[in-house]
Amino acid sequence: MPKVLLDMKNIIKEFSGGVRALDKVNIQVREKSIHALVGENGAGKSTLMNVLSGVHPYGSYQGEVLYDGEECHFNTIRDSEKKGIVIIHQELALIPYLSIMENIFLGNEKECRGVINWGKCRFEAMKLMKRVGLDDLPDIPVNKLGVGKQQLVEIAKALSKEVSLLILDEPTASLNDDDSEKLLNLILELREKMGITAIIISHKLNEVTKIADEITVIRDGRTIESLVKGKDDISEERIIKGMVGREITNRYPEREDVAIGSVCMEVKNWSVDSPFITGKRTIDNVSFYVKRGEVIGIAGLMGAGRTELAMSLFGKVYGKNITGKIFKDGKEVKVNSVAEAIKNGIAYVTEDRKGQGLVLLESIRENITLPTLKRLASQGVINEHKEIRVAEEYMQRLHIKAPGIYQKTSNLSGGNQQKVMLARWIYANPDILILDEPTRGIDVGAKYEIYCIINELAKQGKSVIVISSELPEVLGVSDRVYVMNEGRFVGELSREEASQENVMRCIMQSNAKKRVS
Amino acid sequence: MNNLMKSSIFSVAVHKYAMFIALIFIAVLFQILTDGVLLAPMNISKLVMQNSYILILAIGMLPCILTGDIDLSVGSVVAVIGAIAGTMIVVKGMPVGLAVVLCLIFGLLIGAWQGFWIAFMRVPAFIVTLAGMLLFRGMTMVILDGNTLSPFPESYQFVAQKFLVDIPLFASFPYSTILVGVLVAAICVYLEWHSYRQKIAYGVPTGSRGIIFVKLALIAFISLFAAYWFTKFKGLPLILILLAFLIAMYSFLCSKTVLGRHVYALGGNERATLLSGIKTKWVRFIVFVNMGLMAAVAGLVFSARLNCAAPSAGLMFELDAIAACYIGGASATGGVGTIVGAIVGGLVMGVLNNGMSIMGIGIDWQQMIKGLVLLLAVAFDIYNQSKK
Repeated sequence: MPKVLLDMKNIIKEFSGGVRALDKVNIQVREKSIHALVGENGAGKSTLMNVLSGVHPYGSYQGEVLYDGEECHFNTIRDSEKKGIVIIHQELALIPYLSIMENIFLGNEKECRGVINWGKCRFEAMKLMKRVGLDDLPDIPVNKLGVGKQQLVEIAKALSKEVSLLILDEPTASLNDDDSEKLLNLILELREKMGITAIIISHKLNEVTKIADEITVIRDGRTIESLVKGKDDISEERIIKGMVGREITNRYPEREDVAIGSVCMEVKNWSVDSPFITGKRTIDNVSFYVKRGEVIGIAGLMGAGRTELAMSLFGKVYGKNITGKIFKDGKEVKVNSVAEAIKNGIAYVTEDRKGQGLVLLESIRENITLPTLKRLASQGVINEHKEIRVAEEYMQRLHIKAPGIYQKTSNLSGGNQQKVMLARWIYANPDILILDEPTRGIDVGAKYEIYCIINELAKQGKSVIVISSELPEVLGVSDRVYVMNEGRFVGELSREEASQENVMRCIMQSNAKKRVS
Repeated sequence: MNNLMKSSIFSVAVHKYAMFIALIFIAVLFQILTDGVLLAPMNISKLVMQNSYILILAIGMLPCILTGDIDLSVGSVVAVIGAIAGTMIVVKGMPVGLAVVLCLIFGLLIGAWQGFWIAFMRVPAFIVTLAGMLLFRGMTMVILDGNTLSPFPESYQFVAQKFLVDIPLFASFPYSTILVGVLVAAICVYLEWHSYRQKIAYGVPTGSRGIIFVKLALIAFISLFAAYWFTKFKGLPLILILLAFLIAMYSFLCSKTVLGRHVYALGGNERATLLSGIKTKWVRFIVFVNMGLMAAVAGLVFSARLNCAAPSAGLMFELDAIAACYIGGASATGGVGTIVGAIVGGLVMGVLNNGMSIMGIGIDWQQMIKGLVLLLAVAFDIYNQSKK
């Protein structure tokens, strides 16, 4: 068995106010292994990695960090990077307008007395880019790259720092299946060829089981267990059991047989042009319908145009030259602004809850009532007491875990933030709810609760449209699934027909057709 | 645990009222340094009158800062409004009432002009109002042709310079100031009591009765004592009534109305606000129209107080108004700040100015000290935020 490269012993970290984020956490990472760190949101994974990388300086925590047999006292990130420990955060730390090579060598420039040697920079960057499989020119700005490639730039950046232990925090959270696979293969390759050890924090358990040699499960700031591949059972069910402390036998709640009613909303021949690239059609002649009490899913790869479709339907927030018709209960409706969409009973819960959903500076209460303030006011004056009651009622109904409605939403975990967003739109009492990636980046327990909420809404006779990049999720919650590819609907599958294979087949067939024509 | 709770409540209170405490501290400090001149009844009246126009500007500026914007043109708008009023009243002999109304309308138009570019054409507010600063300063010079217009008729100066006893109706009634004090105390107590009853009616938890009584007693005492203190000079300055009305109205607008909430939300996250069906462009437009109106009010008050319309009027006022908001806890990135905070911030600067002037400290030193106060106040605020 290879030797232990990193040994963190009895790490205790307390935050001001007596919150104990880590309580005697132990983790051992072997050299040239891929070690997965899993746990629910708020379990303490990120805090642990911040202790390791020196974000929380030595002295602000208790316990020992041994790296390569030496005890380490990191005070800054630079200290840990000198040892070869590099962390890549979930929110990428790239400068959008700088080129790939400038980003790779940011803070580590190839310079001589303060003057950058661009030739050397370029040469070295090309070498690193080749190693991670980036075939673009080194001087295009990173904001021209997709998220997948940006991730590769981050890894190239880590390699330029002579990394020996690479920590990746949710590396595939915003990647599609294809890019995720590439990234995971790259990590395996780096281990083979360069002997790089990796720690991966991930919610995607299928990926974890695929590539990890060892898995450490953290729950409520404690190490629960370490599972070794080939020795222990490392199936997804087994890991979930460790994460939540109980077995979740069913990851999707049973869809009760609710009476599915008449068609609530129907969209006909909906086409949208991209507002950014002239002449590019993002949504091409899409038609679909959703009935009362029905949950439909829209499946598709990243970039298929699902979010764009939703946002163009929601008061034309996205796109230009929009053509097509929207019918509500058989009658055509005009939806030219968000206000009109809301008036017509359409609600859209965005995939980007921090950027476009919540007002993070404000409390739960203010976030819940934002679109519906007029309902709580007379002559423009808000009835605060009524508002407080509404906020409290919805906080309870959706099980939002927070000290109170006055809690700022920036302090909530991802799952609770998502529930605040749902509370906001459920209180708006729409007929059609479009949920865009409703469970992105939230933990298994909270996911289950969100699925239950979706079922509950359908039971009340609402129409729910679920957009998700996670195929099992779309299949697990929907009554009917539309498959979207490159701006078009390329398949409609009933609950019985809907399987991962069938969805992928629809996509492949449409791609093939395109190539022929 | 209990201790912990207590200490956290204490720290929240310190954070929330930090600037208010600082204001009291500064006032007491200068009271000592100036041998009791600062808080003398006459000086208090002077202090209010001297700072009224900056405070009015700060009331208009705060919403701009809340939406994440800024208005650099208000000093020039103050000047141009003074110039227009001067031309209409002093040169053309127009009736004062009509001229004032026209000036306010002109202020609204200026606000609409800038709001149009900022909200609908999406030109950054910094640039639009920087242009406005040059535009309206130039316009002032064109209108005045380099001259200073004065004097204004007595009726024009009334609000800015006179006291309650100067109104004929109250002239023979020396207790009118006390009466206003009683009235204000009664209104405050009623509102507090009303909100307490509402809370009970809607099942919202209320604070303990004891604390409410202490709060009510404190409010009553402060307003009565302030009234008493003013009677020791000439009574209540009329401008204070206007100011109190504006503060109360805009505090209410910001905290209790749909529009106010939309302003905060827009500053906190514009995209989220748009996706909640709020007409963000119109909200921003209204904020700048209002700023134009407030600048016009300040322009009228300022020209009335100096009793002249000068080309250099209102120089650097925008910076004082902006500083007042920031010292009062507004965030430069938008979404955070209160009207009362901005007023406290304005008063901190006003007291510093006034105190140092009484002590005979030169304008050069005053500038430096004010600069440092602004820097330290905001640094303190950011430090407090990051600690949480």
